[in-house]
Amino acid sequence: MSIALSAPDISRALKRISHEILEANTSSDQIVLLGIPTRGAHLALRIAANMSSLAGHTIPVGMLDITMHRDDLRMRPPRPIMPTSIPDSGIQGRDLVLIDDVLFSGRTIRAGLDALGEIGRPHTVQLAVLIDRGHRELPIRADFVGKNLPTSIAQSVKVHLNEVDGIDEVLIEES
Amino acid sequence: MRHLLSISDLTKVQALSILDTATELARVSDGAVKKLPTLRGRTIVNLFVEDSTRTRISFEAAAKRLSADVINFSAKGSSLSKGESLKDTALTLQAMGADAVVIRHGASGAPQRLADSDWMRGSVINAGDGTHEHPSQALLDAFTIRKHCVKGGNDLVGVRVAIVGDILHSRVARSNVLLLNLLGASVTLVAPPTLLPVGVESWPVKISYDLDKVIGSVDVVMMLRVQQERMNDLFFPNAREYSRYFGLNADRLRLMSHNSIVMHPGPMNRGLEIAAEVADSARSVIVEQVANGVSVRMAILYVLLAGGPLEAGVK
Amino acid sequence: MSPHRYLIKGATMPDGRICDLLIVAGLIQTISAKIEDTDAIVIKANGSVILPGLVDLHTHLRQPGREDAETVLSGSRAGAKGGFTALSAMANTSPVADNAGVVEQVFRLGQQAGLVDVFPIGAVTQGLEGVVLAEIGAMADSLARVRVFSDDGNCVFDPLVMRRGLEYIKKFDGVIAQHAQEPRLTVGSQMNEGEVSAILGLKGWPAIAEEAIIARDVLLVDHVKSRLHICHVTTAGGVEIIRWAKARGINVTAEVTPHHLLLTDDFARSYDPVFKVNPPLRTEKDVMALREGLCDGTIDIVATDHAPHSSESKECEWHEASFGMLALETALSIVQKTMIDSHLMNWTQVANCLSTAPARIAGYGDHGQPLQVGSIANITIVDPHASWSVDRDLSASKSRNTPFHGFELPGVVTYTFFKGVPTLFAGALVENDVS
Ligand SMILES: [Zn+2]
Repeated sequence: MSIALSAPDISRALKRISHEILEANTSSDQIVLLGIPTRGAHLALRIAANMSSLAGHTIPVGMLDITMHRDDLRMRPPRPIMPTSIPDSGIQGRDLVLIDDVLFSGRTIRAGLDALGEIGRPHTVQLAVLIDRGHRELPIRADFVGKNLPTSIAQSVKVHLNEVDGIDEVLIEES
Repeated sequence: MRHLLSISDLTKVQALSILDTATELARVSDGAVKKLPTLRGRTIVNLFVEDSTRTRISFEAAAKRLSADVINFSAKGSSLSKGESLKDTALTLQAMGADAVVIRHGASGAPQRLADSDWMRGSVINAGDGTHEHPSQALLDAFTIRKHCVKGGNDLVGVRVAIVGDILHSRVARSNVLLLNLLGASVTLVAPPTLLPVGVESWPVKISYDLDKVIGSVDVVMMLRVQQERMNDLFFPNAREYSRYFGLNADRLRLMSHNSIVMHPGPMNRGLEIAAEVADSARSVIVEQVANGVSVRMAILYVLLAGGPLEAGVK
Repeated sequence: MSPHRYLIKGATMPDGRICDLLIVAGLIQTISAKIEDTDAIVIKANGSVILPGLVDLHTHLRQPGREDAETVLSGSRAGAKGGFTALSAMANTSPVADNAGVVEQVFRLGQQAGLVDVFPIGAVTQGLEGVVLAEIGAMADSLARVRVFSDDGNCVFDPLVMRRGLEYIKKFDGVIAQHAQEPRLTVGSQMNEGEVSAILGLKGWPAIAEEAIIARDVLLVDHVKSRLHICHVTTAGGVEIIRWAKARGINVTAEVTPHHLLLTDDFARSYDPVFKVNPPLRTEKDVMALREGLCDGTIDIVATDHAPHSSESKECEWHEASFGMLALETALSIVQKTMIDSHLMNWTQVANCLSTAPARIAGYGDHGQPLQVGSIANITIVDPHASWSVDRDLSASKSRNTPFHGFELPGVVTYTFFKGVPTLFAGALVENDVS
């Protein structure tokens, strides 16, 4: 087990992502952030706070549960559904940024895109992740990446966040 | 969890997780989203050996909103009404590849017979068996009560519920007693002594023969349907007298406490156990119960069917 | 070696003595501490208990009418396997045994099977309908010499019919075996009425429905000075009433089934109809009262109420299923488990309640004779130290509805001698041609 990112690393990565999102989108009042529970939702809140202070106005943020759209439900025991909360602004015509902790096979994001399709039709959908560990199984890439972490398929990447785990760190575990 | 046969199969955590899941899924039922892909490719059979259009439709809507394939197998005109045995029916359903059977049956315990037999492998969901249980109804009732009567907290601690009417023959009452007790509510059964089962003393409830004494001090009044066939079986002198002592009429409605609600599992006998003006009053959540039924049944299907294969022998 | 000479070595008599016992030509010829006989087939019975052949006063053999569930032959085989040398075939066949023709048919089928004596029980009323007396006299005078009459399955409910029946059988010292079930209190009943039925939503069968009839009938039989036998007592209240009646000198006897000595209504929680029986399984309190009643003689005998049913009668919903359980092959084991292993009774008492007393009540003179020189060699040998796992698929009955499937039970019946000839030898059935 090794530490890939420390707390200051994570904080720096999120700050950089916040800047990059604002730079990539010309009208910041059109941006909506949606985090994928559990940890993606907390990252979204942190990024939204960063962006709000940078932009000088509140960036709407919510969370999007993708459980019911997963294609791997039958491969494990049933998992609880997480709350979905869409900001009052809605997502129609907005520049929407999905936020998750780790980008791996891409299947979670595919489920996220399906789930989005039932809520509305954003102008653009972009993807921000804290870690991109590779091994994609679908044609999906992230627009904003905190850190590219080359891993073997046998390794696992654990993101711990203060809000859930009491500590900010990213670990690589051999299994 | 593989089957839902009785509320006694559930832990408090499992029951709450069904209610929480239903809360999330309610968005699907009343929002813009009409359909989720979750159970795509799964086959659910509605085996209604006893007629109940409303329960069947509710399960059907729930299954379809989760994209499952639904096969309706009703008693009327089917081989079951021609004396085919439950066993043969189950073997047929197995051959059809049913992942789950939602069964309504006039015989208490029929769902458990299906589940315990080796006649079929799918999940069995009890949609009402004889005078035994109706767990999905109890879950939707608890869901409805939680929405109206609970501020903060996710269980029903502190909620006072009166269940009124034919307890003896009511599967709704049996499931509700178990679930309400599991979730921390206090329950009072109100009925003439003839319509309370021998053995009710061991239930975790209070018993009253006097609706007027109870009605002012509860948050929920749950009325039970009086079955037509009980009328001539010496349980009470006649419908008029039953209605006078155990019916919920406008006078009794006025005795109810502030913010309390009226529930009924349907179908109602207006004018017998419940007066029309009560059923249609602002306190009545009877129509909402129906809507909540779909969300709760979606949650049940999700919990039982969405997950992967379980280890053999795990219930 | 002669097929008519058997030497049983080292068996324990009911009273605890260890003896050798020589059977010659159908009779017990010698009982002694040590017998040598080079002509005899020797059976080593060390550690086993020897009992007078078991006598069942309550057996459903289903023939004529439901030969798919049991026949006189298959029931006789089950009986021999369970250690029985006499069975009493209940009258609720189709056609009903309410006339000399049917009872003689059943009697003859028993003779042909040749594994046990099958004594037909005659119906009290025509068609078991409880309205008109059956041809009781003709059945008594028939080849089958019927002495026990019962509408079992139904209660002789009408008090006047019961009175007349009790009076009529005095002519030949008969006895009416009453299935005590008040019909109005048990319309549609499915199981014992109590805490469990309340939870399961199965229609209750109150204890009072049994007790009310027992109370009525002990008073009736006292009034007309006849003889009454109460079938399958199941409730503590029923035991109390019979105890009271016996204390008053009323001529009543009573039976309990093995299953009511062991099982409670808790088994219904499975909704498996293999536990559906009439009268129903009761509570722990009732079970204990029944054991006590059997122990103190309030209940005279154990009778099996062996009730075979085809698989489709049990592989269904509880409501749809038939009432009844297999019992012949497990009876002695259940009695050992509930009465001997719990130190409530000794083997002498068991010999009495499973052989001597039922033979006396029914007047089966060839059965229940004491294990002494000159007695007819109806004999059962059981190894009380061995145990067995009940497997319904190994049953000799044509049916599979034993509630004890998978139970580990004490006591293995190893030998049954019917009139000096083994019908069960070293645990295996022997097909005899007794002539
Ligand atoms: Zn009987």
